[in-house]
Amino acid sequence: MVVTVEGKKILKGISLSLEKGKIHALMGPNGSGKSTLAFALAGHPDYLIEEGRIFLNSEDITKLPPHERARRGLFLGFQYPPEVEGVRLREFLRLAAANCHEPFCEFQKLYLESLAYFRMDELGERELNVGFSGGEKKRSELLQMRVLRPKVALLDEPDSGVDVDGLRLIAAGIEEAARLGTAVLLITHYPRILEHLPISKVFVLDDGHIVREGGPELAWEIERSGYEAVRG
Amino acid sequence: MGDRTLRLRGGEGMKRTSVGLTAELIEEISREKGEPRWMLEHRLRALEIFRELPMPRFGPDLSEVDFSDISYYLRTVEPVGSWEELPEEIRRTFEELGLPEAERKALAGLGAQVDSEVVYRSILEEVRAQGVIFEPMEEALKNHPDLVREHFMKVIPPEDNKFAALHGAVWSGGTFVWVPEGVEVAIPLQAYFRMQTQGVGQFEHTLIVAEPGSSVHYIEGCSAPRYTKAALHSGMVEIVVKEGAHVRFTTIQNWSRNVYNLNNKRAVAYAGATMDWVSGSLGSKVTMLYPSTILAGKGAKTENLSFSFARNGQWLDLGAKAIHLAPDTSSRLVSRSVVQGKAKSVFRGKLYVAPEAKGAKGHVECSTLLLSPEAETETIPTLDVRNHEVEVGHEATVGRVSRDQLFYLMSRGLDEAEALSLIINGFVSPILKEIPFEYAVELKRLLEMSFAEAIG
Repeated sequence: MVVTVEGKKILKGISLSLEKGKIHALMGPNGSGKSTLAFALAGHPDYLIEEGRIFLNSEDITKLPPHERARRGLFLGFQYPPEVEGVRLREFLRLAAANCHEPFCEFQKLYLESLAYFRMDELGERELNVGFSGGEKKRSELLQMRVLRPKVALLDEPDSGVDVDGLRLIAAGIEEAARLGTAVLLITHYPRILEHLPISKVFVLDDGHIVREGGPELAWEIERSGYEAVRG
Repeated sequence: MGDRTLRLRGGEGMKRTSVGLTAELIEEISREKGEPRWMLEHRLRALEIFRELPMPRFGPDLSEVDFSDISYYLRTVEPVGSWEELPEEIRRTFEELGLPEAERKALAGLGAQVDSEVVYRSILEEVRAQGVIFEPMEEALKNHPDLVREHFMKVIPPEDNKFAALHGAVWSGGTFVWVPEGVEVAIPLQAYFRMQTQGVGQFEHTLIVAEPGSSVHYIEGCSAPRYTKAALHSGMVEIVVKEGAHVRFTTIQNWSRNVYNLNNKRAVAYAGATMDWVSGSLGSKVTMLYPSTILAGKGAKTENLSFSFARNGQWLDLGAKAIHLAPDTSSRLVSRSVVQGKAKSVFRGKLYVAPEAKGAKGHVECSTLLLSPEAETETIPTLDVRNHEVEVGHEATVGRVSRDQLFYLMSRGLDEAEALSLIINGFVSPILKEIPFEYAVELKRLLEMSFAEAIG
């Protein structure tokens, strides 16, 4: 896949596939194109796919608008979720769940359970991301994933700005999603979160190319020696 | 004029005055209503003032309003005692608007006006038993002449502006509410105004007097079928909130897009009293509306919440005023405007703090959300503060729906219209949440309909 943003080529020809029920890590230095890949896959209109195609369960979704991709089971956990004034998390998620064919009673149960799971009970009636701390925003993204039960979850740095306890919760949420069959692409700078998770594959992205691909040991190599060393 | 003929009861037939504004017309209206001499004199004096005063020197273009081509008085339907007695067409309209249902479920009283006269009114027996008066102005003028005369156009005299003077000359219909000392009316009273006939102007007068320690919530709604010809609505609301009383006045305006809606609304709040305005402006071609509160007694408070949704061709010129005349008074003026297409929205927030109003607190906050590149907005704050022992503040923001917000919501499966609608609803929610639930639902539906229409 080749992706340009405002006329600038960011992803220069990459190819990867994700496996159901498995956790894949996408690592790479700042500016290597990790978030670009996530936005392009989710259909952000500013991220133009110049070459290549995206398949979800053998369906070509390359040309679908973002909401159609979401309805087919694609989820993007944002690195910086925007604040939406006056819209309650619950209200928003109910609407989202309805679009993703989640019946209401099922939603209610799952929502309350997920609030408890991520220790967010006090945030449930708050406005969407408004005044949330960094960690709360990340837990809120994971909560949304848990309620929407996507087939594929792209999680853009769910671990940044999160304290130790928060990190454990987030790792547990990711592991649970994979156990329930979601294919996870976990985008991260730091191998720290990977210690808590059964990683099946690691991709290393650098300057718009996937420069290395391997098992979890690749993450430890990065931990020890930095990106310079693993850069092919 | 191509009037639609309505089936009438009572055999008297439809009563309509000649078109145009003359002293003879005023005398005819007054005679028709069987008014006391003082009211006729008031009308004639107001007409003189109207002729002398200039048109407003600010705001939207009003050149389409032709005072010589308006029916100033039209009695379309005879007053009835039950919904069933109304002519079919009117009854069906009110049913579609959900009025009989609201009356049964959520209201202490309801008045419905068609063109110039109130055609239906009811009040809960227990509210009447508390001594509350809720009557069409014409009836109140007969039943409680002294009470009406004491207050009528004292809060807004005809000299105030050209449309106040016009109203003083040709007013018809509206409601008189009087709440006795210490009485709390637990559920809202509602009035509904319908301009049914092409070419008619509507000039209802609402006068609310809340005696010390009493409280009442009054809601008004309005609508009209759409005609091509410009129509004029120029109502007046006067509210007297005595010591320690609390009045809340909610308006949901949904006039059709040929209506010039030029209103005067003002309250005076005495010591320890609270006056709250909630205004939702969706319809009309042009609206000029600046609900004001005169904080005349120590510790009086006012909250003035306004939201508007202006679409193609509309100019909604809104505002709020708080006039602090006494110590320790406080005001909060909040506005949320949404502008779509080639429309204009203006908010004039005015705070005046008199030299003697020590310890006054005032806050003006207005935010606008622009949905299209051609949408226009203007925020005109005026803070006129005449002493130093005050806390006043003003904030204004203008924003557009951000692409990131939109993408975020869409990435969760909401289509673009759903996502925008959610963002807009969220934006106006600080005001919407102040509106009683039954009406907030109706309002959300109206907003969503308006919105669906706006994005095609």
